[in-house]
Amino acid sequence: MTMPRSSRLLAVLAAGAALLLPAATLAASKVRVGLMLPYTGTYAGLGNNITNGFKLFVEENGGKLGGSEVEYFTVDDESDPAKAPDNASKLIKRDKVDVLVGTVHSGVAMAMAKVARDNNSLLINPNAGAAELTGALCSPNHFRTSFTMWQSSHTMGKVAAAQGKKTAVTFTWGYAAGNEAVEAFKEGFEAAGGKVVKAMTLPFPQVEFQSYLTEIAALKPDMVFSFFSGGGARKYLADYAAAGLKAKIPLYGPGFLTEGVLDGSEAAQGVQTTLHYADGLDNAKDKAFRAAYLKAFKAEPDVFSVQGYDAAQLLAAGLAAVKGDTSKRKEMIAAMEGARLESPRGKMSLSKAHNPVNDIYLRKVEGKLNKMVNVAAPALADPARGCKM
Amino acid sequence: MDLASLLIQLLNGVQYGLLLFLVASGLTLVFGIMGIINLAHGSFYMVGAYMAFVFASATGSLLAGVVLGIGLSVALGMLLEWTLFARLYQRDHLDQVLLTYGLILVLEELRSILVDNDVHGVPVPPMLAGSIPLTANLSYPVYRLFLSGVCLVIGGLMYLLIQRTRLGMMIRAGASNREMVQSLGLNIKLVYRLVFALGVALAAFAGMIAAPVSSVYPGMGTHVLIICLVVVVMGGIGSVRGALLAALLIGIVDTFGRVFLPQAAGVVVYLVMAAVLLWRPEGLFRSI
Amino acid sequence: MALPGEPATRRPWAILAAGLALALFPLLDSPFYLELITKVMILAIFAMSLDLLVGITGLVSLGHAAYFGIGAYVLALRTPRYDPASFWTTLPLAVGLSALAAFLVGIFVVRVKSTYFIMATLAFAQMFYFLFHDTEFGRGSDGITMNFKPAAAIGDLQVFDFGNPRTTYFVALGALALVLGFLRFLLGSPFGRALRGIKANEQRMRSLGFRTYHYKLASFTLAGALAGLAGYLSALQYGYVNPELLSWHQSGNVLLMVILGGPGTFTGAALGAFGFALLQEVFQAATLRWQLLLGATIVLLVLFVPGGLASLRARFRAALVGGPRP
Repeated sequence: MTMPRSSRLLAVLAAGAALLLPAATLAASKVRVGLMLPYTGTYAGLGNNITNGFKLFVEENGGKLGGSEVEYFTVDDESDPAKAPDNASKLIKRDKVDVLVGTVHSGVAMAMAKVARDNNSLLINPNAGAAELTGALCSPNHFRTSFTMWQSSHTMGKVAAAQGKKTAVTFTWGYAAGNEAVEAFKEGFEAAGGKVVKAMTLPFPQVEFQSYLTEIAALKPDMVFSFFSGGGARKYLADYAAAGLKAKIPLYGPGFLTEGVLDGSEAAQGVQTTLHYADGLDNAKDKAFRAAYLKAFKAEPDVFSVQGYDAAQLLAAGLAAVKGDTSKRKEMIAAMEGARLESPRGKMSLSKAHNPVNDIYLRKVEGKLNKMVNVAAPALADPARGCKM
Repeated sequence: MDLASLLIQLLNGVQYGLLLFLVASGLTLVFGIMGIINLAHGSFYMVGAYMAFVFASATGSLLAGVVLGIGLSVALGMLLEWTLFARLYQRDHLDQVLLTYGLILVLEELRSILVDNDVHGVPVPPMLAGSIPLTANLSYPVYRLFLSGVCLVIGGLMYLLIQRTRLGMMIRAGASNREMVQSLGLNIKLVYRLVFALGVALAAFAGMIAAPVSSVYPGMGTHVLIICLVVVVMGGIGSVRGALLAALLIGIVDTFGRVFLPQAAGVVVYLVMAAVLLWRPEGLFRSI
Repeated sequence: MALPGEPATRRPWAILAAGLALALFPLLDSPFYLELITKVMILAIFAMSLDLLVGITGLVSLGHAAYFGIGAYVLALRTPRYDPASFWTTLPLAVGLSALAAFLVGIFVVRVKSTYFIMATLAFAQMFYFLFHDTEFGRGSDGITMNFKPAAAIGDLQVFDFGNPRTTYFVALGALALVLGFLRFLLGSPFGRALRGIKANEQRMRSLGFRTYHYKLASFTLAGALAGLAGYLSALQYGYVNPELLSWHQSGNVLLMVILGGPGTFTGAALGAFGFALLQEVFQAATLRWQLLLGATIVLLVLFVPGGLASLRARFRAALVGGPRP
């Protein structure tokens, strides 16, 4: 990762940050960070943005995390769960990393969590949203700096009901993330007086939506709640509009429906989504982050860059507390649990299950942006069902 | 469900089936005539879709992109036949499977290097961008109807090509008896090269015209390949008629499966394939 | 040199030496490589099971990962949340259900021509993939994490402690040896000879009065059962299963292992598993674009080295002593 012409700004930022972190002056031995993220395949872009976010924070702090020099070990996980146990144990057993950072794909993350638990390794998860990771599989060694589907989708249920919607059809890919989103939406929507009249699923990653759109038109609900992402989301938004449904039955979803797929076309305009990040946040940290990121990588950051950045922040908080001595795992974990992060997303802390507690924003698509409408749920924590810790 | 919805669903099924036919016909043709199992067929569909994206964004016109793409895919087909596939005719199917499997990996990585790993939309040409209102709150995109029309026209042209032309005669003769064709002094090598290029072009063309409704994304070839294999296996390997019938059947079964058996939507198609195989182990038709 | 379909040249000392090396390897005390070799030995069992189809019976399956996956999922689905499953009951169940699935698919596919067979096995494997990926029953795309390794106790005696990676290593090694021995025995039996006859010329076998359909079905079922055994061991090793275990890339890769080592000898398939793992490591270390390298290597291998890497040795020898080229 080269950073042409950005080093001067970074040096200034680093100097500022160094003043805030007293431990930074007491350089300890190198901390070995294992990045296990997708660098090829469908999720390559997400993996790169997470890595960029992570490294931006490290660079801002003079190449250090909590006072320790950083040494990276990188594995491309290819978003392939079949290879995941191998890749994780390669980093833990061969490269002997102090902390494992990853990943995007939930199935791969589940395997990583399993390997990390078996080897008592510290794991920071900068994206994968499977509820189980901070639910039944929660562990003191596992931290997440992203989200659960519940946080955005449960919020959307309440928002939609408050907007006067009475009946909803849900439509998603029938895989874990989709099912979690729909269940959470249903819970929030029905508790607020709404009714889900039909829940439809399409096998992942198919994109033949037409027959479902026909079904939606026949059912005539007040609204549709959908979760798709990437290519599927783009096609869905286009098909939904082309079927003439958009003007008649408004479309809602968790933020990933409109994340990274907006090209300014008419099809997505006005779609409302909920997420822990948005464009146009009124927060100085975010503005500084965006400027620094743009300068360093010549690209706009997104929610994934933020999650990577926060993963580095969280790790720094832990390392600072033990002065880089990762063998003091207990103290390190306690410091991470107690961290209060100034994230580009706003204030962020961690729940008991080690999942972020942060604001969930209602956003609306305007042009190529997911413009913030309001804070739909302040400082929201995932219920972490099944977590005994 | 009311009658109107049922009819629209039928339309959805037929439309999906016709597009499947367009992709699968190239696969079955190449197999029937040349005896080649081409697992990379789905990758040609992917290549077509990405060409549509790249050329349409460069020229601003999908039509220009398609014209350019067809030319390039014919050239690609000829090149691949000349360098790789021509060496496979005398080999067993294992070698064909391996080579085309390797080709999938190569094409997928080349796509990643030459274009990128992102998802892209391809805009519908303005002329075809509208929708026709069918019921109170459902409209049908004109482009989808256009797509079905194109598939029908291509299907008709293929029928004429195979049944009524000299090339078609050669193709039919080649399919049944390679030695005879050669003894008649026909250039079997040229026929094979043309047929293979036709197969590649059909897959790529399907990818190009489907791009505006399917968008282009990494891995799009794999899903298409597997569903096409189901079509070809059901229709009878090498049979274009069979491919048409099987593709329509799959399209309709898949569409109604989603509506009436949503829990089993992913599996229904394969169960139908199993039923057809039980009834006719060699597929619905045995000849071109 | 060995003709295709003939039992490999008898080199018991080579196999013994390899076995001894594997048995002594844990003395090196390298947890990473211990785990890696365990994995590769399990893949070797998987590759040998496919070799029974490809190299012996002449059936090229592109859907063999389905049975591997079923074996793995049986352990995952039978492991309770708060208790270990029993090794003694889940292992036969995994092998049995994989065999059953292979038998049911085999009824459809073994009677068709080889081209058909390739496509149909792939399509059926995809059906199983969707079964685990998309239904409640299979628990979906994120896969299943097992909280406990299976318990292998007789009375109060803990026979295998799978919490210890060395135990898993030796169990995998033992299974590898047993499966190899069993398959080599099978190869020399009348059943094995009939399968080889079918590969060489099915028409002739039929006219000799062999009911080739039944032989092929038995071979397909047995291969499924052994793949299920490998899958079970894999789930046991990692404590985690995912639908990708059944994906067609896994089927393609195991086919590559068989080809790499040279089909028809079982030891070749096992060597192919080791070779493939090594190749993957080398390519991955060289570049992020390792799939491009792998793909190009496969294409070139097929074009210029028909018969696989295994034939290289014979070619090399032929070049040296001027013997017949393969």
